[in-house]
Amino acid sequence: MSEVEFLSWVRGPGFQIAIVIFIAGVIIRFAEILLLGRKTNLAEAKGSEMGGGLRTIVTRSIPDKSTFKRSTFTVIAGYIFHIGLFVTIFLFAPHILLFKDVIGLSWPAVPTAIVDAFAVISIIALLAILVHRMRDNVLKFITTKEDYVVWLLTILPLITGYMAFHRIGMTAPTLLAIHILSVELLLVAFPFTKLMHAFTLVLARWYNGAISGYRGVES
Amino acid sequence: MTDSTNKKDKLPADLIQSGKSPFDKTLGETMRSQGVSRRSFLKFCAATASMMAMSPAMIPKIAHALENARRPSVIWLSFQECTGCTESLTRAHAPSIESLIFDSISLDYHHTLQAAAGHAAEEAREIAMEENFGKYLLVVDGSIPMDNPGYSTIAGISNYDMLMESAKGAAAIIAVGTCATYGGIPHADPNPTGAVSVGDLIKDKPIINVPGCPPIPVVITGVLSHFLTFGTIPELDHIGRPKVFYGQSIHDRCYRRPFYDKGLFAETFDDEGARKGWCLYKLGCKGPTTYNACATTKWNNGTSFPIESGHPCIGCSEPDFWDGGGFYKALSMPTVDVTKAAIYTAAGAAAAGVALGAMNRSKKNAAAAAHADTTIDDLKK
Repeated sequence: MSEVEFLSWVRGPGFQIAIVIFIAGVIIRFAEILLLGRKTNLAEAKGSEMGGGLRTIVTRSIPDKSTFKRSTFTVIAGYIFHIGLFVTIFLFAPHILLFKDVIGLSWPAVPTAIVDAFAVISIIALLAILVHRMRDNVLKFITTKEDYVVWLLTILPLITGYMAFHRIGMTAPTLLAIHILSVELLLVAFPFTKLMHAFTLVLARWYNGAISGYRGVES
Repeated sequence: MTDSTNKKDKLPADLIQSGKSPFDKTLGETMRSQGVSRRSFLKFCAATASMMAMSPAMIPKIAHALENARRPSVIWLSFQECTGCTESLTRAHAPSIESLIFDSISLDYHHTLQAAAGHAAEEAREIAMEENFGKYLLVVDGSIPMDNPGYSTIAGISNYDMLMESAKGAAAIIAVGTCATYGGIPHADPNPTGAVSVGDLIKDKPIINVPGCPPIPVVITGVLSHFLTFGTIPELDHIGRPKVFYGQSIHDRCYRRPFYDKGLFAETFDDEGARKGWCLYKLGCKGPTTYNACATTKWNNGTSFPIESGHPCIGCSEPDFWDGGGFYKALSMPTVDVTKAAIYTAAGAAAAGVALGAMNRSKKNAAAAAHADTTIDDLKK
């Protein structure tokens, strides 16, 4: 397989396979969660489920003081790489073109130098998070193999994307193909690993907020 | 590049000896007879040295070697091609030094340019091969059909047979154009003639790939100058291209690169961005994945190159560029219709999800129905 054939495959059939698995996996998991239902609450409602639920989806984005104090590093490093991922995935011009091609929506891009900086900061944050995970006794105890796999799948697109942008080590078509392939691996693993939190966090937060809302207390 | 001086000593003796017959004139003599001044000749040598990233100390050495080189015998074979490469190499706007260098090689066989035809032409090739066995340069443009030899023959000889026979006595082979280097357009899907490149067939000779559709004329004169000066072939990349010309991507040397970095793109061929000369990435430019010298040496005596004329790079110096998913599709876009696949998948997955959900529910209900309270007697058992 020549490098151009490799690139054509990841841009064509490879991408299609990844998208099909990603969408099928996410929808089936969502359907399973939603259709499982909840036990009827026999207690009398003291407030609105909806209000508490919707509010909590937003408010849980800001860590409360005690959590921040207890896990300062995790919160800060976590925020950095999540914001970095958002900027690199959604605000880089070639990526926006991909979204436009698939879902038809488009928005303005930011200059490459800014995306580049966010990519580097995210890579550093993810490396620091791995070191922290391996050195902290409690974290080490609760870490499973999946955590390492997901960490690798998350950092690979950042590293390969950085290499492809700067054309480091290999030729441009190969670097671009490897970058796209790394994203496809992430998409395929997404519905079946904890990466699914990107979607389920909304359900989980709503549920937490709704319980409190039903009881008429602040969540 | 400091060891290059030693390479000069490896030059075949007959390449530097000065012949007297008109046929054996050296390049220096030929150029003087054509009215090329010493100053413009040295300017060419300086340009060649800088283009190939050599130190200025190499300029007199190049000049000396080129002046004293006997016209090397060149056999040019054209197979499945469109003659665009020959057009490119022979159509310099003004008689430039490059074209004179090119005129000054002993082009013993080239079926587009030679006056002889039929058996006389083939005889010229055979004589040149015999007289210069082991020393002539073989230039090939066009791909070789391996499916049925009848797709392309010359004087009843199949392309494959002619290539193998001519390659035997060649000092080196220069594959010119993307067809000869990587199969090019004949090799494009579904490759009806079973076209292959020169490198696919010949493994025991040094091959210099000069891809492009067509390649830049100055690149081939640069490669020829290198061969005449040092008697060796230039440093090649992993797909046989001289690194001096194919070492950097179009994107990295593009004068529109600052617009890419700022996020300023032409969206169509006639919008404001296109008129202002913004980046052509969104219009399908293959500059980021293409290695060639267009952005630096340019075309038509340094006038411009495709991107400067407002058209995205189509990546013609890369293997299989014809099957790269469309010239006007941006590199980051998928080459297939993913949206349709996504919608069908979503519909199918929703149905599957509901079915699985129903199964889970009935399992839950069955578990609830089978539930029995544990009594103190049970625990005593």
